[in-house]
Amino acid sequence: MGRRTSLYDLHCALGARMVDFGGWDMPLQYGSQIAEHHAVRRGAGLFDVSHMGVIDLHGADARPLLEHLLSNDVGRLREDGRCLYSCMLNEAGGILDDLIVCRVAGDEYRLVVNAATRAKDLAWISGAATSRAVTVRERTDLAILAVQGPLARERAAALLAPDDARRALALPSFAASTIGGWFVSRTGYTGEDGFEVMLPSSEVEALWRALCESGVTPCGLGARDTLRLEAGLALYGQDMDENTNPFESALGWTVALDGPHRAFVGRPALERSLARGDARRLAGLLLDDRGVLRAGQRVHSAAGDGVMTSGGYSPTLDRSIGFARLPAAASGEVSVEVRGKLLRAHLVTPPFVRRGRVLIDLNPQSAEG
Amino acid sequence: MTEIPEDLQYTEAHEWLRRRADGLVEIGVTDHAQSALGDLVFVELPAVGRALRAGEACAVVESVKSASDVYAPLSGEVVEANAALEKTPETINQDPYRAGWMIRVRPSPQGETSPTLSAAQYRRLLDEQRR
Repeated sequence: MGRRTSLYDLHCALGARMVDFGGWDMPLQYGSQIAEHHAVRRGAGLFDVSHMGVIDLHGADARPLLEHLLSNDVGRLREDGRCLYSCMLNEAGGILDDLIVCRVAGDEYRLVVNAATRAKDLAWISGAATSRAVTVRERTDLAILAVQGPLARERAAALLAPDDARRALALPSFAASTIGGWFVSRTGYTGEDGFEVMLPSSEVEALWRALCESGVTPCGLGARDTLRLEAGLALYGQDMDENTNPFESALGWTVALDGPHRAFVGRPALERSLARGDARRLAGLLLDDRGVLRAGQRVHSAAGDGVMTSGGYSPTLDRSIGFARLPAAASGEVSVEVRGKLLRAHLVTPPFVRRGRVLIDLNPQSAEG
Repeated sequence: MTEIPEDLQYTEAHEWLRRRADGLVEIGVTDHAQSALGDLVFVELPAVGRALRAGEACAVVESVKSASDVYAPLSGEVVEANAALEKTPETINQDPYRAGWMIRVRPSPQGETSPTLSAAQYRRLLDEQRR
């Protein structure tokens, strides 16, 4: 038996099919996974993401510690309530985890990390914090709900007191604030607008029920996976891990190398990798033949072979899409080994879909150069 | 809950067989199978005219989650394939025993057939698997 969130019994009562995810028993789907996907693209969907880890850092050395540990620059958080996406690297430049860091207030920061890496991250961060003026505390007392979709913010805000609703709706993208005792951020993992709400576990069931009553659709991890795939968002443990660096994982944009003073863990290894030239990259694929791309399938390109890291059916495109790790020079047409056959696909630049809009060209004649 | 029509035969691999008056055998996947697979997004059917051997993989159904082979429950020739499923695989989710049929097979005279189950036996199998 895996770990359970505060909403486990409610998920079961709603008829969810439960699966193991990173050691947690989580809902895969409540009904049709495709219907849940469309609910988020077209209306509003609700996810229990309480399996994710919340780690609070507090103290004079919180910022120097994060500058040391993260490959993105927390100095970019110029005011309280701003959030930043970053990788945390090992000495070899491999990705220990990808996370969101929020500057809550002054020398108080909050990290949101992946479920399967919580313990590893906490040990790594605590180790680095030794003899620094900073406290590291995992917030196992909090639950997290993600409300996502074009109608998500208004549906969620309608449940708040008028002043709180105004403040929530005024949050810019990638900003967070404590509103009515809850930590509300305008972030997500679906490619749609929305909030993620951290609140005491004792209050989460009431919020879940209220959101459902206001017409927000409960969604499982299955829909969350196809939504993030369409949104071009890499998944830790699948599209990246300790054996890949950010440049090989389409995450070069998150690495802040500006200024030699930024001596973060993994930087020397990344600079050596850059000097050599990237051997591999993570590319988006659109399948032109009928079939379904899946993680693990072999990919053949003119520049050499690679492997699918994620793949599946895109409900918005009604086509199969995925990510593959390929030789950096790979481009244009590729073929993928799908159940003993070679199917035609072409490389595209993700995201495939954002804010309900298709952002790639579905015509194979105009493949990425 | 899961629908198991009395007039059909079943396999342990969750296919159903309907023996028709015209001598053809219609084959599909069961309500339990479609429910376990989840939303179907791709179906690959054998070519009409293909000779099937009992027990061989003859079709593929893929859902949002995974791909599964469909095994021929008997030897024979594929006389018809439900090509509409290639455009609308979700028909199998919606109506697995009627509109969701996959192939119609003329059984070979040798009559080679994988062991089949009655509706009652198939229900017992599902009950055992649930435990």
